[in-house]
Amino acid sequence: MSTLLRADGVTMRFGGLTAVDRVDLTVDSGEIVGLIGPNGAGKTTFFNCLTGLYVPTEGEVRFRGALLPPRPAKVTRAGIARTFQNIRLFAGMTVLENVMVGRHTRTREGLLSAIGRGPRYRRTERESRTVGRELLEFVGLGGHARETARNLSYGGQRRLEIARALASDPGLLLLDEPTAGMNPQETRETEQLVCAIRDRGVAVLVIEHDMRFIMNLCDRVAVLVQGSKLVEGAPADVQADPRVVEAYLGAPQEETA
Amino acid sequence: MNKHLTAAGAALALISPFLAWTWTPLYPGDLTLYGYPGGSQLVTLVCALTATALLAAPRLAPAGAVRALRAASLAALTTTWVTVVAIAVDLGGVVNLEPGAWLAAGSTALLAVGAHRLPDDTLDPPRPVPRLPRWAEVLVITAVFVLAMYVLTYGITTGSPEEFLAFLPAALFLGRALTVSGLGAALGALTARNRTATAVAALAAALVFPFTQSDGQYTAIADNILIFAAVALGLNIVVGLVGLLDLGYVAFLGTGAYTAALVSGSSFSTLDIGPLPFWATALLGMAVSLVAGIVIGAPTLRLHGDYLAIVTLGFGEIFRITVNNLDGSSGPSLTNGPNGINSVPDINVLGFDFGAEHHILGVEFGRFANYYLLLLAVIALVVFLYSRVGDSRIGRAWIALREDEKAATAMGIEGFRFKLLAFAMGASLAGLAGTVMAHLQTNAVPDNYKFADTAPPNSAFLLAAVVLGGMGTVSGPLVGAALLYLIPAKFEFFSKYQMMLFGLALVVMMIYRPEGLIPDRKRQLEFHEEAVTT
Repeated sequence: MSTLLRADGVTMRFGGLTAVDRVDLTVDSGEIVGLIGPNGAGKTTFFNCLTGLYVPTEGEVRFRGALLPPRPAKVTRAGIARTFQNIRLFAGMTVLENVMVGRHTRTREGLLSAIGRGPRYRRTERESRTVGRELLEFVGLGGHARETARNLSYGGQRRLEIARALASDPGLLLLDEPTAGMNPQETRETEQLVCAIRDRGVAVLVIEHDMRFIMNLCDRVAVLVQGSKLVEGAPADVQADPRVVEAYLGAPQEETA
Repeated sequence: MNKHLTAAGAALALISPFLAWTWTPLYPGDLTLYGYPGGSQLVTLVCALTATALLAAPRLAPAGAVRALRAASLAALTTTWVTVVAIAVDLGGVVNLEPGAWLAAGSTALLAVGAHRLPDDTLDPPRPVPRLPRWAEVLVITAVFVLAMYVLTYGITTGSPEEFLAFLPAALFLGRALTVSGLGAALGALTARNRTATAVAALAAALVFPFTQSDGQYTAIADNILIFAAVALGLNIVVGLVGLLDLGYVAFLGTGAYTAALVSGSSFSTLDIGPLPFWATALLGMAVSLVAGIVIGAPTLRLHGDYLAIVTLGFGEIFRITVNNLDGSSGPSLTNGPNGINSVPDINVLGFDFGAEHHILGVEFGRFANYYLLLLAVIALVVFLYSRVGDSRIGRAWIALREDEKAATAMGIEGFRFKLLAFAMGASLAGLAGTVMAHLQTNAVPDNYKFADTAPPNSAFLLAAVVLGGMGTVSGPLVGAALLYLIPAKFEFFSKYQMMLFGLALVVMMIYRPEGLIPDRKRQLEFHEEAVTT
């Protein structure tokens, strides 16, 4: 098993506030890694550092051994795709078009070929369409290809975001709270979907608050508290760790007094 | 009961255009004859016919006939009352109205009241429209374009403000009838199935126009509409597809015009070049505008939203002030300052002089008709480029940037690069239109390229044409440009109040139809969220 993602001492400061403090994290290929922590712990900020939305103040991120450029578009091209905590679809486009936008980095058709529409252009468009339909089928939106994205149900929109991310053929998929706002039934379906994604050979790094989801799914869990990594290990160990319990629930009163 | 009321109104409204409405031919269009509807009576007749057809055969409207009937009745009511009131005002009193006018006014009122008291029969979803064989579909499309062209021609060739004032509400309300009846959507599906046939039919219908004109008076208006429309369509890439608010777009039209004027061989040109052949002028105009687009876009496109709007507004004015100052005394001698470059000669392509009269198929083609044909080719090229690029990987990237820039970048789209591409492409299309404009108007002067003015093209009107017509569509900006050119051109007597009325019309429009006259199917949902069931 090879190391896919290696973050070394990633630090993000906004003025005097250190949102992420020297976090090391690795993701191996074929792994599902969970990232948990109380609200405001810096999980999403850490994600943004990985995907180039933020340039980390210190530290470096390597993907497949190469240093990641701090530009979202280039990170996607390198093979890291992501979803967002609050759904960010292209609401006015159709479901299929959303996924086809995800193919953007894997196609190269420029202005002239769009005007000329030669055989190469038509082949690429057809391929994008086929890949898009296949991915929609995969996430369970096969029948909705021609609908407008905003008309999908909440769970459907979450799944579409995942399909769109997968369209860029990533080696690593970053999911930011994929089950937020879902009912237990939908959460279980998402669990199965994430498992199926791993089976496609895509490693997953997931931020999640649903502990059952994390325990069922993750090979490893890292806990972020106030910007630093508190614990990392197997789900069961992390769950039992008193420091994690303290971070979430606070220390017993007599000890802090 | 209401049905009978409506039917009586429709029948009487059908008869009224065949009666005299006034006694004197002083009122434009000669409404004095019995048995021969003329002038604005024809508009009333068409509206009444539409209402009668909807009443007699409600199945014509797939989405329910009553709302369409109401719109048609309002069309009849407004156009008739405008004419009747105009007769009374123009000729000095109601005494000038013949019984026919009273009948027309009364019957259209009856029709409108009756139609509005009928119970709503809106069908959702609409009744399926039967599929026709392919040849019949093509025939329908052709007929529709010929009809649309006829309506537009009528509007362009109205000889008096009164007639245009009677035409405009009728056209708008009948357009509404088309939409609410569900026929508009059916037609949209039809054209979407037959893209090539639609393009050919549209072009053919437009080609017919100069053959119907005996002098250049109205062809000149059509020429200006086409230039305006070509630029509006270029702006639609930037505003409609990518969602960037560009308030200085007219500068690129000016860049093209000045480039063409400088190399035209005009004796006022400060460059000793030319005349270049037109293809070279056109390419050069596009290239210079493209460079201007990149030069202006590269620093400004890093800004977002309101900031971008303010900066482009500034650059638009900088262009005008710069060409004003390049007169040899305030700056280098290039543009002759406020005097501009005059006496730009007519285009000459392979010996075909656009300034001279030609005879084609036995029809005399004057100067404006020649330019009309050229501009039609320009529009066709712009529409071709717009629709090809808009529906491709690049177009998807543009729309994705418009919808959610952060998500688009996370999908690997380099925002700045694609925005710059849109900006440059829009600029070069405007530049192309500019090269023709310089030759058509025989000059390039700074005051043609302001931010706001009482007549198009200027940046404010261009933006209005795109927004009014429908952002992100091909036909929207074309319709928007035609309307926005015709209204100020036909209502010159409003001069002082023109801008105020224009502003008022925009406000009303944005309240009742924010998605534009011809909405992008997907955009419509954006503006009418409550209608979407989830």
